[in-house]
Formats: sequence, structure tokens, C-alpha cells
Amino acid sequence: MNGSDKGDGSGEGNLCFHCGQPLPAGETWPLQIGGHTRAMCCVGCQSVARLIVDSGCEDFHLRRTVPSARVDPEQLLPPELALVDLPLQAEHHDAPDSEDQVEELVLSIDGMRCSACVWLIEKYLARLPGIRMAEMNVASARLHIRRNPALCPTSLILRGLRGLGYTAYPFDPLRQGEQARRASRRLFRQLFIAGLSMMQVMMYAVPVYMTHEGIDPDMMSLMRWASLFLTIPAVFYSALPFFTGAWAGLRARAPGMDLPVAIGIAAAFAGSAIATWRGEGEIWFDSVSMFIFLLLASRYLETAARRRSASALERMQQAFPASALVLGGYPQQRDTTLVAAAQLQPGDVILARPGDTIAADASLIEGETELDLALLSGESRPQSFQPGQEAPGGAVNLSQPVLLRVVRTTRDSTLAALTRLAEQAGQGKPALAQWADLVASRFVVALLLLAAATFLAWHLIDPSRAWATAIAVLVVSCPCALSLATPSALAAATDRLLREGTLVVRGNVLEALQRANTIVFDKTGTLTQGRPQLTAFWSEAPQSRMLAIAAAMESGSLHPLARALVQEAVEKQVRPVDVTLLESVTGAGMQCQIDGVIHRIGARRFVADIAGDALPGALNQPVAAGAGAVYLGSSAGWLARFDLADALRPDAVATVAAFRRLGLRTILLSGDQPEVCADVAAATGITDVVAGCTPQGKLDYVRQLQQGGAVVAIVGDGINDAAMLRAGDVSFAMGKGAALAQISADAVIMSDRLQAVADCAGMAQRTMRIVRQNLVWATLYNVLAIPAAAFGLLDPWMSAVGMSLSSLLVVGNALRLSRRARRSGRAVDEVSSDVAAPAPALAGGV
Amino acid sequence: MEALYLLIPLSTLLVFVAIWIFFRASDSGQFDDLEGPAMRILHDDDAVPGKDAPGAP
Repeated sequence: MNGSDKGDGSGEGNLCFHCGQPLPAGETWPLQIGGHTRAMCCVGCQSVARLIVDSGCEDFHLRRTVPSARVDPEQLLPPELALVDLPLQAEHHDAPDSEDQVEELVLSIDGMRCSACVWLIEKYLARLPGIRMAEMNVASARLHIRRNPALCPTSLILRGLRGLGYTAYPFDPLRQGEQARRASRRLFRQLFIAGLSMMQVMMYAVPVYMTHEGIDPDMMSLMRWASLFLTIPAVFYSALPFFTGAWAGLRARAPGMDLPVAIGIAAAFAGSAIATWRGEGEIWFDSVSMFIFLLLASRYLETAARRRSASALERMQQAFPASALVLGGYPQQRDTTLVAAAQLQPGDVILARPGDTIAADASLIEGETELDLALLSGESRPQSFQPGQEAPGGAVNLSQPVLLRVVRTTRDSTLAALTRLAEQAGQGKPALAQWADLVASRFVVALLLLAAATFLAWHLIDPSRAWATAIAVLVVSCPCALSLATPSALAAATDRLLREGTLVVRGNVLEALQRANTIVFDKTGTLTQGRPQLTAFWSEAPQSRMLAIAAAMESGSLHPLARALVQEAVEKQVRPVDVTLLESVTGAGMQCQIDGVIHRIGARRFVADIAGDALPGALNQPVAAGAGAVYLGSSAGWLARFDLADALRPDAVATVAAFRRLGLRTILLSGDQPEVCADVAAATGITDVVAGCTPQGKLDYVRQLQQGGAVVAIVGDGINDAAMLRAGDVSFAMGKGAALAQISADAVIMSDRLQAVADCAGMAQRTMRIVRQNLVWATLYNVLAIPAAAFGLLDPWMSAVGMSLSSLLVVGNALRLSRRARRSGRAVDEVSSDVAAPAPALAGGV
Repeated sequence: MEALYLLIPLSTLLVFVAIWIFFRASDSGQFDDLEGPAMRILHDDDAVPGKDAPGAP
């Protein structure tokens, strides 16, 4: 951290030994590893590497195959870690002999990169006191630990894992996914049984098809019986989801794709079983088992892709319970204690430091500050609050440490009310009937009519063949390709979107998006960046010099305008000048000396005290709506004015244009002021603007659109968007937005690129095109095969080969959707670990 | 060819035995993590040879 470390490189080139990112020019953080001095890029990487070496795991750097994640020192040891042990201490009263106690603990781990991570985590934990067993489940990213809680508290384990650079959270199996895990295990078993049955039945079917001279009738009968027995597990265990689905559809009077599937399977199996019993007629055991296997496989792949999305989202959102610093002895004492936000009572006095989220609705009693309400109301500019004013829970404190008195508990606070609104919004959501199900129900009627007609016709011509031919019609038209068409395409598309960083959590996204005719955008954080950026710059001297002074003066400030100026200097590669006597003046700005001259930066009045009242012409331009101005001056006069505003995302214009090209009506729905919204709408080309909306107002507007017959797609990021995201026909939440919005949306854009929504729309169109191609093929096949079967022209082997080929063609066509991804695919793990660090701390309050 | 009269029933029986074994394995959680064991076997506790053998910590 000091100058003596400069230039202390090693043989590793200019990359950080731990995270593999470029070393900063000048300073590096060295560490002795295995007899060599290695250079690190930051204090975070250095401390992680030191812990790895100190715990005897220095092999880690030799074993790994990819560089580790970069470590943010602030993320290493959050004070909330202490809260994890609290419920545990309460339990201890019931367990007197805690010495030999063994307890199971399941943690969810984020940040795994390669196999060496598994080695490191298990080896490190094995050395902690009181750990009996530590085993990492790589597929689900969960760590199972058996330990003695008296010797090894949860916080010790979490602290250790965070020290190694992995984020870990206690995992509550009751709350999350236990049921989903059971369902997925059952589906895997059903798929396995179907596959086993298919392979064995094929073994007896193929010789029959291949032979020329015929098979001995006794042998034939034996093989038929063997096939019958081998098909029983597939039909009565693996095919259960289709039968229950068909039955549920019938009871709800909305028969779906499961019904023709169930009829096909039942007819083919029953027909074949009867033929086997009577010793004459055709059998289709091979077709039945293969059909079940292919259908289950595409279902399994689709649910697997969506489960991976859901667990990536889950890992990103797991956070500590929201906490607050309470001043127990106020006003006599000023000591603070950390408590869980849920325990706050009205009347408690809490301290909110700059950067903290205010835990519950509370009124300001000491200090004045600016609060960021962007996620709560969509207002892009920070709001200033005076003592006596009430601040909503969930607001982020920006400038000064303040004391607040809690007015309502977290359960009754603004944040909880918005959560309830979002939950209620989901109940009134109109269900879009699945397109494939509509096709299916018509298909069933046509099929049954045709089979009945065939039966009647043959009954008149040749009664002995009537049953066999009617069943042949049912089997051949068994909607193999038809029912595979949609799930196989959806599976391929969902998997590809996952690899591109779009988490599709609910199943209807692609289909609804393709049919949407209206798209609603939120403004702050969705079309815009959600944080201020330098938009205009007036100066009396060279601009780079002004920026260098501003960056130097604002470097220690947490205020978003100050951080935006520092960021601008970093991007333009301007080195801050050297300043002395830097001090912060509450509520006004910063003051310092440069070469003996006093400089001030901040509010206009504050700078005017030393620079004089009259502004030079260039600095006197009007400030744009929604922008904030920061002034810079010295005792010698005014120097510069920086205008900062919430800037548009670079891809906002292209995204809106893409949806307009697709013919969608674009709407901007925001809680911000009308002028700011109008500017953004004009810049992006959005036609309709509705400004100043409350969360309830947004929800009402979306419902009104839906009652008017619109299919509404929604893109949002804030807590105030959650209700309308839940109500929309298809909705997207930004990866850096509020956790509540992400839970409410159908899909989450992890890459935080707005363009991904347009990509997703393109993907939806391609998916539907593939589904249509598949359906056309399936229809063609049926048009040819059903008459052939009805006239009794089809040999069993011909129908079997025809069914296999049509199914394989459909699946192969669907796989084209995912194959293109391998060139441009981006692993979702990378995206999720990028996003994990700055995820807002609001999650716990929800 | 008479052997087939024995082998075909036997193979059917064998499939049901395989199904039974599969269910037992699945119940005991062997299919819950299909990636981890492949990674773990690469890292048993021997020191990594190569670049330079690390000394005692």
C-alpha cells in the first residue's frame, strides 16, 4: 500500500497472480508463495492469497486451471456475519450437553471457478476445529457440513469461506427448492427407466424387422412376451406424468398436449398387449417406449435449464437479513449495537451511515442528508431530508450519517407494503392459454373422429381387422413429432439464453414475448443507468486540469455526484492532482488547498463565498431538467461547472428501435417527474409517456392495457416496478436492480445489458419459427401416414421407422437453436459472479 | 438356438434387477452430484508436481 512496493514484480508478467487481471500501474501488493514473490493487484486479492497460504493450502495456485475471482476488500467481512449466530444461541438453552453435539449445516456457495476450488474449500474446512465432515455438491453449489456448533459457530465458517474469496450463505432447505429437487429426481428416474426399457425392447424389435426368412412362431411369441414385460415399467411408471396431466386437463375441461400423448400411449400399449395375449396381430412396444423416452428427455432438458437459471438467481439474491445499528442508550450514550431489522420496534433510534439502507420507516431526528429513492419511487435525483421528515424504509442514505427514530416496524413499512402489492398482483394475472395446447385439443377431436370412422368403415368391410386398423391409426398418428415440437425447441432456447446471461425462470417467457404487442419500460435504472454521469461541462480553464482537481477533491466522498466525477476522471485517464488540507463541509461540498490556493467544490452558494457572486457567462447556462450541477472555484475566481444527470444506457436507443421494428407499441411508465421522462422518451423514440406513477398506479395502468386486449411485456428494475412485473404477461428485471423486482419477473437479465431483452425477443421469434417448422413436418407426416394406416397398407416396421425418423428430425431441428450459442456463448457463472458483488442490500427486507 | 428360450426370460429378469439397483442408488443420493466426484479425484492429497515443489508452510 506504500511506495516501497513499487515495481516489485515477479515472473508472472503484468497480471495479478491471484485473479489474473492486469496489475495497476505503480503499486502492487506482493506476497511470498512457495518461495517466490508474487504480485497482486489489490489488497483483497492479497489477503485471500495470504489466508490460502497460511492455512497450508498453497498448492491451490498450482492446482487451479482458471484464475480466481477478483476480491472486493469491502465484501470480505461484512459486519452482518455476527447476526448469523443469533438464532443459534437461542437454541443452545435447550441443548445442555453441547460438547458432543453434531449438527448439519447446508451452505450455498458462490464463486466456484474450477475443480481446485472444491479441493480448497474442503481441505480448508477440514482443518477448522469441530468440523466432522465437509462435502461440496458441485452440481447444486451447496456445501454440506457436519460440525459441533459449540466449537465451530456458523459465523466462523462463513468468515473463513469469505476469507478464501467465496461468498457463502446459510441455505434453508425448507424455504427453497426442496420440492423442486424431489420433482427433478423423480423425473430423472422416470427418464432412466424409459431409456432402459427402450433399449431392451429395441433388442427384440430390430431382429424381427431385419429378418428375411421369418422367425419360429414359438420364439416370436416369447420375444413378444418379453417386450410386453419390458414395456410395463415405461408405461406404468415413466409415462405417469402424461396420464396425470391428461386427467387434470380433462377435469379442468381444457385438454392439453398430454391428452393425445396419453391416448397414443394407452392405445398402442393396450393394442399390443391384446395382440400378444391372442398371439396374432401387430405390436408397437418399441414405438411406445421410445416415444416415452424422447418426450421425457425433452421435458427433462427444459426443466434442467430452468432450474439452473433459478438457482443462479437464488445464489445471487441470498443475502444476510437486513440489519440496523441501534442506539440503545440514546440520548445519553451513543454506543451502537447491530440488530436484525425485523426486531426493530417503533421508537428505537437507529444510525444510518452513508451507503446504508434505512431499515424501516423512520423520521429523521439528527442531521440532514440526501436519500436515494430511485428503487422505491423511480425518482432519479437524490432527495434532501431535514430533521422531522419521515424517510421510507428501503431508501439509501447518500451523504451524511444521520439518526432516525423508527416509526413503523419493518412488517408495516413501505418496503413490506410494496412486497404485498407485488404478491397480490400475481393473483389477478390473466393466464395465456398455451398455443400448443390449443392445437392439441383440436388434434384430439380430429384424431378420435378419424379412428372411429376407420373402425366403422372396416367393420363393414372386414370386421376381423376393424380393431387392429383403428388402433394402427391411433398409434401412427400418435402425436410424436407434434408433442415434441414445442418442448424440444423451448429446451434448446432456454439453455441458450441461460448461457448468454438471461435467466428464464418461468416457462411462458418465449411464447408470451413472441405474442406481445405492447412493451412497457421503466425509466430509472432500466432505460437509464440509474446513477449520475457527467453530461455537460463548462470551464474557464483546460478541461483535463479541472477534472483532475475535481477528482482529487471528491476522491473521499461517497456522494453519487462525487463518485460520478471520480469515475469520469478514471475513464478519461486523468491523474488527480495533489491536494492538501482536504476537508468536507457538511451539506455543502469539499474544500482544500492546491499550491497554497483555497479551492472549493460543491453547491453554488458554498463556492460563491470564496469565488465571488457573479458567475462568468459560460457557467451561467440553465441546468437541464433532472440534472444536478456541481461548481468548482478558488479564491481567484470561478473555474468550472459540472452537470451530472442519470444518463441513458448506451443500448437503450437500439433496444427501443428493435421493438418498434417488430411493431410493438412502446410505453414509458415512470415514477419520475414528467419533464425528465419526456426527455428520455424523446431521446429513445418512445411514443407514449406516463410519468409520476405510484407502484399502484403502474399496476393499474398495466391491467388497463390488458383489459384493452394488449399482451404486455414489461422491463423494470425497481421495487416500485415489482407489482407490474408480476402482473405483466411477460416481464424482465435488470440484474443490478432490486431483489424484489427480480423475484417478481419472469426472466432476469444477468448481463445487465438492455439489448438482451431485444435479443430475447429475436430468440422467441426464432423459437416459434422452429416450432412451426416442426409442426408442419409433423402434420405432413400424419397426412401421409394416417390414410396409409387407415387403409391397412402400413407394415409395423414402416410405422416404427417413420415415427423414429419424424421424432429425430424434430429434435435435431430444435437443437439448431442452441448450437449457434457455442460460438458467442458466455457462461452464466461468470456473469453471476460479476453481478453478485454490487447487488443491493435490500433483499433481506423483503 | 434353444439357448434363447432361457436367455430371453433371463435378460428380462436382469433388466428388472437393474431397475431395482438403480432405484437403490438413486435413493442413496448417488445421482445428486454428477460433476463433483470427477473433480475431486484429480485432487487427492499429494503435493502437486511441476513448477516447483512447495516446502513446508
